[in-house]
Amino acid sequence: MALIELKDVRRVYDLGEVQVHALRSVTRNVELGEYIALIGASGSGKSTLMNTLGCLDRPTHGSYLLGGEEVVTMNRDQRAKIRNRQLGFVFQSYNLLNRTSALENVELPLMYGKKIPPRERRDRAMEMLGKVGLADRYHHHPSQLSGGQQQRVAIARALVNRPSILMGDEPTGNLDSKTSREVIELFRELNEEQKITVILVTHDQNVARNAKRVIVLRDGEVVEDTQEFSLAKAALEYDPTVS
Amino acid sequence: MSFLDTVRIALRALLKNKMRAVLTIIGVVIGIAAVTTIVSIGQGAGQLVSGEFEALGTNVVLVLPGQTRRGGVRQSGAPTLTAADADAIRVECPAVLAASPIVGTSGQIIYGNENWNPKEMQGVGADHLTVRNWALDAGGFFSQTDIDSNAQVCVIGQTLIPKLFRTVNPLDETVRVNNVPFRIIGILKKKGANMVGDDQDDVVLMPHSTVRKRLNGSPLDTVHAIMVSARSTDQMSKATKEIRALMYERHEVGPNDEADFSVQDTTEIAATLAIITGTLTLMLSAIAGISLLVGGVGIMNIMLVSVTERTREIGIRMAIGARGKDILRQFLVESVVLSCIGGAIGIALGTAASMAATMLINAYKPGTEWPMVVSIPAALVAMAFAAAVGVFFGYYPARRASMLDPIDALRYE
Ligand SMILES: Nc1ncnc2c1ncn2[C@@H]1O[C@H](COP(=O)(O)OP(=O)(O)O)[C@@H](O)[C@H]1O
Ligand SMILES: [Mg+2]
Repeated sequence: MALIELKDVRRVYDLGEVQVHALRSVTRNVELGEYIALIGASGSGKSTLMNTLGCLDRPTHGSYLLGGEEVVTMNRDQRAKIRNRQLGFVFQSYNLLNRTSALENVELPLMYGKKIPPRERRDRAMEMLGKVGLADRYHHHPSQLSGGQQQRVAIARALVNRPSILMGDEPTGNLDSKTSREVIELFRELNEEQKITVILVTHDQNVARNAKRVIVLRDGEVVEDTQEFSLAKAALEYDPTVS
Repeated sequence: MSFLDTVRIALRALLKNKMRAVLTIIGVVIGIAAVTTIVSIGQGAGQLVSGEFEALGTNVVLVLPGQTRRGGVRQSGAPTLTAADADAIRVECPAVLAASPIVGTSGQIIYGNENWNPKEMQGVGADHLTVRNWALDAGGFFSQTDIDSNAQVCVIGQTLIPKLFRTVNPLDETVRVNNVPFRIIGILKKKGANMVGDDQDDVVLMPHSTVRKRLNGSPLDTVHAIMVSARSTDQMSKATKEIRALMYERHEVGPNDEADFSVQDTTEIAATLAIITGTLTLMLSAIAGISLLVGGVGIMNIMLVSVTERTREIGIRMAIGARGKDILRQFLVESVVLSCIGGAIGIALGTAASMAATMLINAYKPGTEWPMVVSIPAALVAMAFAAAVGVFFGYYPARRASMLDPIDALRYE
């Protein structure tokens, strides 16, 4: 059994007059411990797929098994629970609560999960912040942190509940190349040392090159799924309108 | 999420916007303050009134004279009640505990070089203290024998002691009432001022027969009123009916005649008073209710604004695992905390206001001790009311927040 099994997953946005087929038919498996980069042109459906994988959104058709459990038919609360326990999600714009300290931001998922004594919650949040290199920034608010630091806080928050999968939708999109490299390095470390499954949407070639597997989307369909970055790059640059 | 964490988050969210929070709760503050003040003052008035009725006597029914008709000529004002009526009422009406005829008089009371004009000088029956729910401080009361023999004895109220006797023990001393000597055989317990502020202890009680014959010089056996007390509060209307029936018979009032007496049940007076105070309380409560309503709508409005402003925060919380009910609870607790803070301030202000009102009333109306009531149950009810306002008006915004779609919420700018 694969960690993630997508079968004929489709997502249609019904805008009344027009229907937008964001995902046409995606059938794909992800194994435990993989490091996957999702690439594709803007509007190709990367975020839609990522939100589906992250249990933030529901496909309009198909089946999504996470650890053998069907997510598509789950209710809101069940999906919330999965987001809390099994998945960590990082966003391009960090999405930290402002006017709230780094420590409290990281503690947040623990508050919505199983009951944990406040002491332990605090300790775990501190430990996690230490792991992402922010041991000296516990009480800083997001506005007092650089972009890279904010994204590290977000990663700490995503990981504090010890999920098996870390997902990111363009997590380095707002970072300069230096901090971006540091964050990529952090992802690689988490994957290699902690065996956390990492799935990232990116249009940053450095990020994609770092991944062990690259999936290329075009118009809501998977057009390449490879461990060879060069093949993925070729698929990405292939223009069906030419030739 | 634990309740404590939820409250902490709610407080934090409110503190981020202190000014707004303060403005939001003003409506609730005013509403609850009004409710608290009304309840306090209302209860004070209630205590005062019921205190008055207790002072008047327990379960008292008054029989008052009407007009006599002789040969079709109305002789207004002429007294028609007799001491015999009082005796008959006591003996023949099963629901009646005691009855006391009252004969009023006035004049000067003299002891040695001192003299005094008591507010009340009454000739009464032997049962008078039972009827008035009064007791003696010292000595005894006159008996039926004293009444039958027109004994020249009297019982005095506390006010007279300093006026006439200074250091002398008044018991067994002889005073002169309008030049008729009376021996003091008893001293009444202090009763205090009544509702209108009259001193009830400025009183001399004498046998009604003596007053009529020696002081008023009346040849008739008439009395000015009969005070009757029923056996219990439940029996008052029964007693009233029995008295009416008996008196109709005794006074030979035909079915088409106008009665020459009237029977007044004090519970009827109390009921009328209760209706008046009830109506007043209702009106004031309506005003309080409206201000609470306005306060609640204010809370709802601000909570809606807050939900919209914090859509992104809601999205973030949902993305990391907050369930709909976590969000619902967060906003609901926030609005309840808001309204409860308003409620607490309101109770404090209301208590202060009713204290001030009580002090004002007592300052302008000497003699009456308007009781200061700080009602803990009322405060609790007011608090529950405030919380209910928070729940009621916070529910819709909170529900709206909890129904948000995580993706839409995250994307919200
Ligand atoms: N909420 C939405 N309503 C309507 N159309 C949408 C919505 N979200 C995305 N789309 C459409 O779905 C397609 C895929 O979008 P998206 O997954 O965001 O692409 P990417 O992340 O690869 O840029 C696009 O054509 C986009 O316009
Ligand atoms: Mg996107």
